[in-house]
Amino acid sequence: MITMVDKKNFLQNLWKNNPVLVQILGICSVLAVTNDLTNTTIMAIGLVFVTGLSSLTVSLLRNKTPRNVRMIVQVLIIASYVVMVDTFLKAYLPEISRSLGPYVGLIITNCIIMGRAEAYAQSHNPVDSLLDGISSGIGYGLVLLMIAFVRELLGFGSLFGFRLLPESSTSWTIMIMPPSAFFVMATIIWIARTPFKKKSEGR
Amino acid sequence: MGVELNPFVIMIAAALTSNMILSNFLGMCSFIAVSRDLKTANGLGLAVTFVLTFTTVLNHFVHYYILIPLGLEYLRFIVFIIVIAAFVQLLEMIIDRFSPALYISLGIFLPLITVNCAILGGVLFMIIREYTALQGLLFGFGSGAGWWLAIVALAAIRGRLREKDIPPQLNGTGITLIIIGIMAMAFIGFSGMVPVR
Repeated sequence: MITMVDKKNFLQNLWKNNPVLVQILGICSVLAVTNDLTNTTIMAIGLVFVTGLSSLTVSLLRNKTPRNVRMIVQVLIIASYVVMVDTFLKAYLPEISRSLGPYVGLIITNCIIMGRAEAYAQSHNPVDSLLDGISSGIGYGLVLLMIAFVRELLGFGSLFGFRLLPESSTSWTIMIMPPSAFFVMATIIWIARTPFKKKSEGR
Repeated sequence: MGVELNPFVIMIAAALTSNMILSNFLGMCSFIAVSRDLKTANGLGLAVTFVLTFTTVLNHFVHYYILIPLGLEYLRFIVFIIVIAAFVQLLEMIIDRFSPALYISLGIFLPLITVNCAILGGVLFMIIREYTALQGLLFGFGSGAGWWLAIVALAAIRGRLREKDIPPQLNGTGITLIIIGIMAMAFIGFSGMVPVR
């Protein structure tokens, strides 16, 4: 079922065509939770779930959706999956749900999901779309985890809440404050673009 | 929880100390994409402020007078996004009918606003912090004004950078993120001004 082309697309979404680093999509809502690896991981898993399944659903319904209302249909499909994630978190992980606050709901307006639905799922078969959605979600999650890794390690001296750096090391207070997310992300983009210098020069 | 807070304090706090974009990261997509040019940035800022102010109040009534009495709170994400989309559509029609000039200058941004995280974010913050209708109105306006201020400032800075020598890999989004980071640090300076977050 999975051909070489799918595999290539899958891997490209993870790094070479990474939605955050190359396409600069959907950095809105999720950047806010990157000062803590646990929250980021939960958020990334939720995002992969929503991206994958909404791409699948959009693709399944693509021949039955009238073109002029497709945006509304897509938003409703995405919103339904987000409600599922939100309800699940509230029931099983109430503490994390509280600390994520409004950001779970904001997955709805994450441009990546709409972007994949519109650019890929609209014109491909369901299995390919599911894989494309999942890989985009994972590629996105990886970047978030990188940011969270740097921020939590330097800001709190810990990873997933376990203290790693010795007590004598000074915590960088700036790393737990919002501006550092922008700086860390800019640095990651800078590093990621270096090997593909020629490709992205026109931007 | 939010009842005893002065609505004006909430407004100032939303605009400066807990700015939508600089401390809550909401509305990043269009923030980066549209801030290349000062004039369009201004148009989008105006539109966001307007929509944010009214959808916040609208959704406040929808939440407290329709969803809670009917016990449909779990549907709130879906309902809020529909209200926002419908409001934007309605606004588009009204502006087109009464002020074609404004429609032309604002028109292209209106559809973009439906999927702007700042709008839904503002509504969700209002619900979670249990604001009253008046507090919600001023919170929506303050958030929008703060977003407007930030995008205009960013567009002005980016205009100045156009001629500068920036490392090629950092050009575009990279340098924009760094500018936003520095702006966010500057806005932290306001935090002593207002006692609430």
